[in-house]
Amino acid sequence: MTTSASPPPPASQSGRYPPGAAAFPHQGLLGIAGLAPHEILFLLDEAEQWVELNRQPQKRDDRLAGLTIINAFFENSTRTLLSFEIAGKRLGADVVNMHAATSSVKKGETLIDTAMTLNAMRADAIVIRHASSGAVRLIAGKVDCPVLNAGDGQHEHPTQALLDALTIRHALRERGDSDSLVGLTVTICGDILHSRVARSNILSLTALGANVRVCAPPALMPEGIEAMRVTPFHDFNAALDGADVVMMLRLQQERMDGQFIPSPREFRHLYGLTLDRLARAKPGVLVMHPGPMNRGVEIDSNVADLVGTSLITRQVEMGVAIRMACLDVLTRRARKLPGWVGPEISGEAWARETGA
Amino acid sequence: MKAEAPLTIIGGTLVLPQGLRRGAIRCVGDRITAIGDVAPKDTDRVVDATGLIVAPGLVDLGVFAIDKPAFHFGGITRAALMPDQSPPLDRPSAVRYAAQSGKPDLWVHPLVAATRGLDGRELAEIALARDAGARAISTGRQWIADSGVMLRLLRYAAMLNMVVVTHAEDGGLAGNAVATAGEMATRMGLPSAPAQAEALAVARDIALAEIAGARLHIRQVTTLAALDLVHAAKSRGVAVTAGVTPAHFMLSDLALGDFRTFCRLSPPLRCEADREAVIAAIGDGTIDVIASGHDPRGPEDKRLPFADAEPGMAGAETLLPLTLTLVRDGVIDLPRAFMLLAANPARLLGVNAGLLVEGAEADIALIDPERPWIVNSDKMAAAAGNTPFDRQPVQGRVTGLFKGGVKVG
Repeated sequence: MTTSASPPPPASQSGRYPPGAAAFPHQGLLGIAGLAPHEILFLLDEAEQWVELNRQPQKRDDRLAGLTIINAFFENSTRTLLSFEIAGKRLGADVVNMHAATSSVKKGETLIDTAMTLNAMRADAIVIRHASSGAVRLIAGKVDCPVLNAGDGQHEHPTQALLDALTIRHALRERGDSDSLVGLTVTICGDILHSRVARSNILSLTALGANVRVCAPPALMPEGIEAMRVTPFHDFNAALDGADVVMMLRLQQERMDGQFIPSPREFRHLYGLTLDRLARAKPGVLVMHPGPMNRGVEIDSNVADLVGTSLITRQVEMGVAIRMACLDVLTRRARKLPGWVGPEISGEAWARETGA
Repeated sequence: MKAEAPLTIIGGTLVLPQGLRRGAIRCVGDRITAIGDVAPKDTDRVVDATGLIVAPGLVDLGVFAIDKPAFHFGGITRAALMPDQSPPLDRPSAVRYAAQSGKPDLWVHPLVAATRGLDGRELAEIALARDAGARAISTGRQWIADSGVMLRLLRYAAMLNMVVVTHAEDGGLAGNAVATAGEMATRMGLPSAPAQAEALAVARDIALAEIAGARLHIRQVTTLAALDLVHAAKSRGVAVTAGVTPAHFMLSDLALGDFRTFCRLSPPLRCEADREAVIAAIGDGTIDVIASGHDPRGPEDKRLPFADAEPGMAGAETLLPLTLTLVRDGVIDLPRAFMLLAANPARLLGVNAGLLVEGAEADIALIDPERPWIVNSDKMAAAAGNTPFDRQPVQGRVTGLFKGGVKVG
C-alpha cells in the first residue's frame, strides 16, 4: 500500500467501541431499523479507512481474499450494483453478479429456491436487491451467510442511508464543523411514499440526532409518517427554510399505479430544487441526491452541479467505502477474527470496565 | 349412511337459545327429538358429556375451501363455501356439485357468485343456482365496483329472498394495497389503502340495499367507521347484518412486523382502535356472525414477499377457541357466542340448524371450554398451516362432534 497520509485507525481499534462482535452483533444488514445509534456510528467509523484507501492509486486490500460475494439483484440497478462490486473487489473477494428478472421470481417458490441455490453455492455474503418490501428478510431467513439489503421495495436501503450520513459528516468536517449530525436540519423532498431511501435515511438521521423534515405532495406522503419522528411539509419553500441539508428524491414512476402528480412540469413548479428556492435554506446548505437524477424535474442542473454545495458525486464515492466497511464487518465471523467468534463479549460489561 | 341407534348425550351443559341448562339431549335418526330431562332408552347410544358443553355444530359463513379435517377439528358441521373457486361458482352445475361435496359428514352450503366469473359486470343465473343448492349470493373477495350492477343484483336477490354477502372494500381506494394506511404500513413500505375504503363500500351497499329492500350481509366489517354505519342502518330497520373473523378482533396491524405473510389478509389487519371497535361491536350486537374465513394456503402462495403472497388464513381450527376468549373476557356470554357461531349464520343461510331445538338436525358439538392447547402451524388438521396464531396458547377444544346424529369427530 503506497499510503502518503496515514489513514485514521479503524473503528474497531479506536477504543470507542466494545471489542469484537459486541460492537456490531448483527448477522446481516437488513435495514437501519434495529440498529442502535452507536452501531450506525461504528459502521461510519469503519468506513473512514476505506475512504482513505480509495483515494490512493493502489486501492487493494486482500482481507476478503478467497471469499465469494454474490450480488443477487432481482431489480434493475446500475450504480448500487457497481458500487457493491467494486467494494467487494477492492477487498479481494470473488464477486459474482446475478441478475434475475422480477417477473420470474414471482412464480411459485422461485425466490426461495434461488436463495437456497445461492446458499448451496456457499457464498460468504449475499447482497440482495428486490422490488418487493420484505423480500430480503425472507431470503435472509433461508441462508446461512450474512445478507446485505441493497434495497427491498419501498422498505429500506440501509447502505444508502449510511453513505449519506458519511457524506454529510465529511462535508461538515471539511468546513471545520463538528462531524456530529446532532441538531442538523435535513429536508428530504420528493416521492417519499415510494422511497426506501427516504425510510432508511429517516431512521438513520433521526437516530444520529438530526431534525428531519419530509416534503411531498399529499399523494406521495405516506400516512402516519410523523410517527417516524419527522415533520411533514407540503410546501417546499417552508420545508427549505433554514435547512442545513437538502436531499432530493426522484419520482419513482415505475412504482406508481395510477397518476400521483399531474405532470413532471407541475412537479418541478412546486417541488423542483432551483437556485431561487435553495436561497431559502441556510447559507452553506448541502445538496444531495441518491441518483439517478431527473435533471430539470426534481433538481435543476445548475443546482446539481454547484461546486461546494452539491455532494452528489461525493455520495457515490462514500458509497464504495461504506459497502467495503459493511462487507468487512459482516464477514468477520466467517473469517474468525478475534472477538468475532467464540464466547460473546457483552457490550455492557465492556462499558462498565472502561467507563465508556 | 347406515341407520344408527338413537343417541342420548347426558350430563353436559346444554347451550340452548334461552340460556345454559344442565340436561340431556336425545336424537333419533338425524333429528333432535327431546331436550332437557330425558333419560336414555336401553338401546340408545349413550354419550357422557359430564363437564362438557353441549352446543350446536358451528355454521361457518364464508370459507374458501372444503377442508373436512379442519372443520371437524373446529366443531364445524356446516360451511358456506365462497364462490371464489376455480372455476368460480357462477353456474348451477358448479353449485350443485359443491353442495354435494361434503356429505354426509359435512354439509356445504354454496354461495353462488353474484356475477359471471366474479367480474362484477353480468349477473349470474342466480335463481337456477338457488334451486341447485345455493343458499345465498356472494360478490366474492371483492366488491362490485359498478353501483348500477350492484343495485340490480340487490333487487333480484330481494325478489328471490336470498341474502347478498358482500366484501366491503372500495376497489378504487384499495387498489393493490396489502395493508391499512398508517404507521405500520409506512414503516414497512407496504402498499396501503386508508381504512375508510371499507366505510365507503359499506355506506354504498347499505344505501343500495335500502332502495332494493334486500337482505345484505357484510361478511367482514373491521373498522370503527364502517361498524358505526352498520349500527345506524340496523337501528333504522335496514336488513343488514355484519360478520367478522377472529383475526380482526385478535390482531392489529402490529402483527405485520417481520413481514409475516400468514398475516396477509383481505381486508388487511387494521389499527388497534379498530380492533377494539370490533370487540365492542361484537358485545353490543352490531356484529352478528363470527366466521373462520378458512383459506388454507401452502408455501407456494405464502412463502413469498409480503405483497406478492396471497391473502387468507387457515381459520377453522381456531374459530371456536378464539371466540371463547371473548366469553372469558366478558364481552359476550356463552349462549351469545353460539348465536354468532351457529344460529345467526344458519338463519342467514335459511337452513334449519345452528340451534339445539326439538326437530332440528342433530348437529352437535361437545366442547371442553377450558382445555388448553397450543396452536401449531406444523401440525394442523387443515390442508395448510397458514395461521397467524402459530404458537399461541388457546383454551377450548371440541371433544366430540355429531352431524345428523352420527359421530364424525
